[in-house]
Amino acid sequence: MSSVIERLRAILPEEAVISGPESLQVYECDALSAYRTLPRCVVLPADIDQVLAVIRICHAENIPVVARGAGTGLSGGALPVADGVVMSLAKLNRILAIDPDRRLARVQPGVRNLSVSEAAAPYGLFYAPDPSSQIACTIGGNVAENSGGVHCLKYGLTVHNITALKIITIEGELLVIGSEALDTPGFDLLALLTGSEGMLGVVVEVTLKLLPKPVQQQILLAAFDSVDAAGNGVAAIIAAGIIPAGLEMMDNAGIRAVESYIHAGYPVDAAAILLCELDGVQEEVDSSSKEVADILIKSGASEVRMAKDKAEGEKFWAGRKAAFPAVGRIAADYYCMDGTIPRKHIARVLQTINDLSRQYGLGVVNVFHAGDGNLHPLILYDVAVPGELERAEEFGGKILETCVAVGGTITGEHGVGIEKINQMCVQFNAQELILFHDIKHAFDPPGLLNPGKAVPTLKRCAEFGAMHVHAGQLPFPELERF
Amino acid sequence: MSVNISNLYQELSERVIAARNSGQPLIIKGGGSKQFYGRNVIGDVIDLRACSGIIAYEPTELVITAYAGTRLQEIENALAQHGQMLPFEPPGFGDYATLGGAVACGLSGPGRPYTGSVRDYVLGIKCLTGKGEILTFGGQVMKNVAGYDVSRLMTGALGTLGIILEVSIKVMPRPEYETALTRKTDFNTALTSMNAWAGESLSLSAASYDDGQLNIRLSGKETAVASARKILAMEESGTELDYWSQLREHQLAFFKDTKPLWRLSVPSTTGNMNLAGDWLIDWGGAQRWLKTDEPVDNIHRITEQAGGHATLFRGGDHDGEVFQPLKPALMQLHLRLKQVFDPVWILNRGRMYRDF
Repeated sequence: MSSVIERLRAILPEEAVISGPESLQVYECDALSAYRTLPRCVVLPADIDQVLAVIRICHAENIPVVARGAGTGLSGGALPVADGVVMSLAKLNRILAIDPDRRLARVQPGVRNLSVSEAAAPYGLFYAPDPSSQIACTIGGNVAENSGGVHCLKYGLTVHNITALKIITIEGELLVIGSEALDTPGFDLLALLTGSEGMLGVVVEVTLKLLPKPVQQQILLAAFDSVDAAGNGVAAIIAAGIIPAGLEMMDNAGIRAVESYIHAGYPVDAAAILLCELDGVQEEVDSSSKEVADILIKSGASEVRMAKDKAEGEKFWAGRKAAFPAVGRIAADYYCMDGTIPRKHIARVLQTINDLSRQYGLGVVNVFHAGDGNLHPLILYDVAVPGELERAEEFGGKILETCVAVGGTITGEHGVGIEKINQMCVQFNAQELILFHDIKHAFDPPGLLNPGKAVPTLKRCAEFGAMHVHAGQLPFPELERF
Repeated sequence: MSVNISNLYQELSERVIAARNSGQPLIIKGGGSKQFYGRNVIGDVIDLRACSGIIAYEPTELVITAYAGTRLQEIENALAQHGQMLPFEPPGFGDYATLGGAVACGLSGPGRPYTGSVRDYVLGIKCLTGKGEILTFGGQVMKNVAGYDVSRLMTGALGTLGIILEVSIKVMPRPEYETALTRKTDFNTALTSMNAWAGESLSLSAASYDDGQLNIRLSGKETAVASARKILAMEESGTELDYWSQLREHQLAFFKDTKPLWRLSVPSTTGNMNLAGDWLIDWGGAQRWLKTDEPVDNIHRITEQAGGHATLFRGGDHDGEVFQPLKPALMQLHLRLKQVFDPVWILNRGRMYRDF
């Protein structure tokens, strides 16, 4: 057992191999802290050669490897495997090149998401995917999860915003997937690898697309007397041919929780509010904002506010961004779901969620990336009350099953990881799951890369899990979550 | 539609299973408009035209789901009625082009660098694998990270991984206003301008360099297009917007030629390439059409040096390799994936590479 650690120590600097139980605890979970496992050791390679060397040893010794970025993921994707090696890519944290002419950034996987846009800003460019954890989460993790953000209705997910990956396979091959051209010959392995949760290869370099930074932004806030009307407002904006940069909805429970927390000025009697962000050139944003305001009024909004200036716009957003911590104040614990549904079913699904809420005797708050149908119901419970945790988990499972039943999916942006492995069996049949396993086998014949995640074995379909937040304390409490 | 779809699927599945058992290769065919694309193949034709019709389209969801054999024109007409479009502007190369063919070939039109490619908009696929299994991946929603992204893997795989039966696609509103601009200039200036403008908020939706002319299309809100026009200060084009659909469909005079036509996909800033022939630059510099008699190896070598890849598109030898050869380790992965989806290699065998 120790021979692996000795072999790793022989090829890495002393501080790059962590093996004492106390120091290993830092790595025992990601932001889904209900699941904890101590790995055999953690390695922190500093360059591609060291990653390769680690992979070769693990392959030779038949030891599982879990690659990890900042560990901000919400589905347990970076949960260690007992006796396995955790490979933190945190030291591969350099932006290798910003190419303003080609509008590309070449970065190492440990680079933080936000720092790409910061580095591109002098050229008037930005990197579009902006998960709420963007100040901490890394590009490598974003690729593994195909991360989205609040602006993906207009700008797409990670898969739409990368052009190349360098990966290392478990067999020790360094492969370049994609290029700086817009397509490559053969199969679209770039798409297959994006969102593959570290199970097909270890990403050691990423080429990102940079977009021109919009000149102007405008935020509108609309209040509605019913969730239905708010849903109609969203549909009417889209029907008018407008694609907002962001389009968010929050139900009354959410509005009240937020308002008592940060006093964003939200109308507390509204059944739902919509936040709509428009961006583009000045003239475009000016005319679209007026158009959206008219549409929302016609859709039955009881009130529409247009941010007078940047500060007011930020205040509108502040409430939405504070929704998770605000809920943390009103409940001992909450459990965050991540289903996506066709938007037209929003009223029906929220009704089902409310019915389930009564049935399980647990409160629920709904925040919703309304533009793309991505729901984040937050189930309120108290882990100290016997049975509540189990009820919350079962309630959550029912919500995801409802999402699948109306034509949606169990995870819009958080990934399956270890958390939603049970619901994968609801969404996919046995033949489809077997095909996923076969794909993994094609890339990773010994099954050593992040084993046990994302795709359940047919036997494991009964497993279950959740994102648990105790006493308002999220793992990474300093990160925004929305 | 009149055909009972479950019977049809049953029949298709039985044909695939029979082919799997006998080892008889199958050629997947929709409207046949892109049969020229890829390597020549032999086998029994499996025709998907009966598998046709729009399954679901709700404009406010920005999603359309249709059977693979549905004609692109039918889809585009349905979308146009609600002011929407397929944002990747798929070339039809014929009236009977189908959705399945467009997705399997993975070709995108002039807007591709600015609005995205086919695979960017594919949300879900139902397919029939070489094992005879009908499987569904992805869905009808825009955000979906459950399971590996098999729908996008199938996009552009030329039917070698499965027979596409149904596709869900994200659609977008048609731009409120479009205009075409043109200017006479040299290649280097055109290339520099196209790349510089793509880095600014200028509502750019297409850019080509063709016969000494830099051509630009602007799309978006009328106000935004107007402001971009002021900044670009180009003359309004005489060829108008038709130019762009003719470029997409290869109906321009440039394409009326018997010489081998190559498609070179390269980084957009790539300068003059040392290959003799006639050039038409599309995609703001990133896609280059070349009519040439240069030897295949030269074309592949020089394109690879530029960081791109070359495809023999029309004409020339389609019994040999038409796509840029893959590095051995990548080819190995392709073979393994082919094995997963189509273990007996019956689907469009050899259409992409001789090896599978």
